[in-house]
Amino acid sequence: MKSSAMRDLMAVTERPDVISLAGGFPDTSTFPAEDLAALMARVAVDSSARALQYGPTEGLEEVKACIAQVMAAEGMQVETEDLLVTTGGQQVIDLVCKTLLDPGDVVVAEGPTYPGAVPVFSSYQADVVQVEMDDDGMRVDLLEATLDRLTVAGRVPKFVYTVPSFHNPAGVTMSLERRHALVRIARDRELLVLEDNPYGLLRYEGAALPTLFSLDRGEYVIYLGTFSKILSPGLRLGWTSAPRPVLEKLNLGKQAADLCSAPFTQHFVSVYFAERDWRAYLGTLVELYRRRRDVMLEALAEHLPPEAHWTHPAGGLFIWARLPDYIDTTDLLARALRERVAFVPGRAAYLDGRGGSEMRLNFSGVSDDDIHEGVRRIGKVVREQVALYGTLTGAEPAGARDRVLPAEAPASGEAEVLPLRRARRR
Amino acid sequence: MRVAVLKGGRSLERQVSLRSGARVEDALHRLGHEVVPIDVGADLVDRLRAVRPDVAFVALHGRGGEDGTVQELLELVGVPYTASAPGACIRCMDKVVAKHSLRAAGVPTPDFYAFSQAAFEELGAAKALPDIEDRLEFPVVVKPAAQGSALGIRFAQSAADVPGAIVAAFSYDTKVMLERHVAGRDLAVSILDGEPLPVVEAVPRDEDFYDFEARYEIGRTTFECPANIGEAATTRAHELALAAWETLGCEGFARVDLMLDSDSGELSVLEANAIPGLTDTSLLPLAAEAAGISFDALVERIVVTALRRSPPATRGRGTP
Repeated sequence: MKSSAMRDLMAVTERPDVISLAGGFPDTSTFPAEDLAALMARVAVDSSARALQYGPTEGLEEVKACIAQVMAAEGMQVETEDLLVTTGGQQVIDLVCKTLLDPGDVVVAEGPTYPGAVPVFSSYQADVVQVEMDDDGMRVDLLEATLDRLTVAGRVPKFVYTVPSFHNPAGVTMSLERRHALVRIARDRELLVLEDNPYGLLRYEGAALPTLFSLDRGEYVIYLGTFSKILSPGLRLGWTSAPRPVLEKLNLGKQAADLCSAPFTQHFVSVYFAERDWRAYLGTLVELYRRRRDVMLEALAEHLPPEAHWTHPAGGLFIWARLPDYIDTTDLLARALRERVAFVPGRAAYLDGRGGSEMRLNFSGVSDDDIHEGVRRIGKVVREQVALYGTLTGAEPAGARDRVLPAEAPASGEAEVLPLRRARRR
Repeated sequence: MRVAVLKGGRSLERQVSLRSGARVEDALHRLGHEVVPIDVGADLVDRLRAVRPDVAFVALHGRGGEDGTVQELLELVGVPYTASAPGACIRCMDKVVAKHSLRAAGVPTPDFYAFSQAAFEELGAAKALPDIEDRLEFPVVVKPAAQGSALGIRFAQSAADVPGAIVAAFSYDTKVMLERHVAGRDLAVSILDGEPLPVVEAVPRDEDFYDFEARYEIGRTTFECPANIGEAATTRAHELALAAWETLGCEGFARVDLMLDSDSGELSVLEANAIPGLTDTSLLPLAAEAAGISFDALVERIVVTALRRSPPATRGRGTP
């Protein structure tokens, strides 16, 4: 596994005195404890023996019916026989890699990509090629160019991994046009796409977009869904729907991995869907996270220097910020921890060493006050480093530069850079 | 004997410390001691007073544990403890202090210049950078003064790299150092109770720098022990390591890192670690093994050495 430095730094972020914007947590405190008690009592009364027993590998039929409801809410029609219930969405990524990859096989992913997928790809020794994104998600033109380049090199990717909606960590969403294009590319090239969609229902503005799975009708798209963000990650329940031959292999892989996902929590989900309004709870989450996103966007505008840029997510849990390239966010995290605030350094989202000046910020699992204070602290250390760099190079901070335009300044900023002498060869 | 193993803490090297501590605990169990693991936090003094250990094994690395802070508290509570006393810990933890001491004592160490953040912000130290770079020549190594591992250490290949490297180093400390880079072989001499152990050479496998990652991960670095550097260089490495140990006032055990210049064949001391790692990939246990000292025997000797030292309360501080 790579990056022990980052792992060790991240371990420190878990200290209780640190405001952590590094998590990816939904706010589970919003789920009423009395509901949990009542629903578990219902499970005990109705299905104690079954809940405590092994279950089928593909998942309980009644849970698959709940999944069909959730997918229908995003415009997808699915037969329950085409579903495999998994231990969190994470297991789908693992099973897909386990099923499809041999060491050295190519996987195409976005750059940045979901940091949790990075260790999975690494452990199966995948050769991950990351395709740049912009505000409309993965650059499909660059994807095509990448695929062409790979073809010339005699390499065929095993699959494309994408988080099209409210990307983790980038916070952007793939446009409708690109969704169509990606599905077309997949079909033309007979290329599998793993669509990771944990956040699709957490939309705070704008109209919903069709999933790749619905555009493709399940031909080349392997769909990954989860209860983690709409209900609870503690349940460890996700699912996949995939083209039949792939689904059968995933099922075999899951048998080997853990026989079945916990029937205990599957029963909870089925009772929850029967006795509560899952859409109403989702509605409260959307309201809450929308507000927190807005608090974070305001705090960023207030506290980060003009040199910093960040995404404006229309949903999901994350904002992705880019700092000037002379700031290394892995080092910055060490400084930030002294101010008792944490974020995820951008390198965690790349397998090729990029992302050094980027960071992921989570707003869903943090209170308004902590978001504001956390961003203020990050702003403090970023401004400190921007100022220090300015002192070292003679460069003015961006804000000052914008306001003051010295008439006799040299045309090229180069002349203002510290006149350090070149290395002499020994 | 009741041995408290102090580990974890809040430093950036917490995870490494937990691994060192766990390995020490296992050894102490095998040696038949009563082991009390303590993850160091705000309740440390209370825990020590409640546990009343015969000795504390300090398996902490980095800020708080390796910089004399915990040692000062142990002195105060009157618990004997392993390795160096606060003064030596402070001198080792601050690479700038260590290098000034070494230079004053005539122990060769690569040329360096160190600055506080205030020097840049208030005294215009940036103006002096060209002169410094001229004297040190590229590549220059930029380091935070106080960081036990390689976190925040950068090579500046040219003047353009220097500001970013300095900003990165200031992420870890309020004082940074620019040091002449010695191209050559990376050596470590561990010292156990005043006796140098066989020299270890760290050969990075695929990185151009022996970095934080490589330092703690199996397979990333190849270690040769005893290092194949010839008798003269081995003797010289031992001499210099002992000179550094004496100069900095280390006790119990420590590790001195050296460079063997591949052009001149000269050795110089980079730094000393008052509490080097004791994980299964660490250099001190490796060197001990090469000297025929098993990990258990090493741990026992460290504990015995700690107890042999006069109790903290009688060392010139009066009774608490």
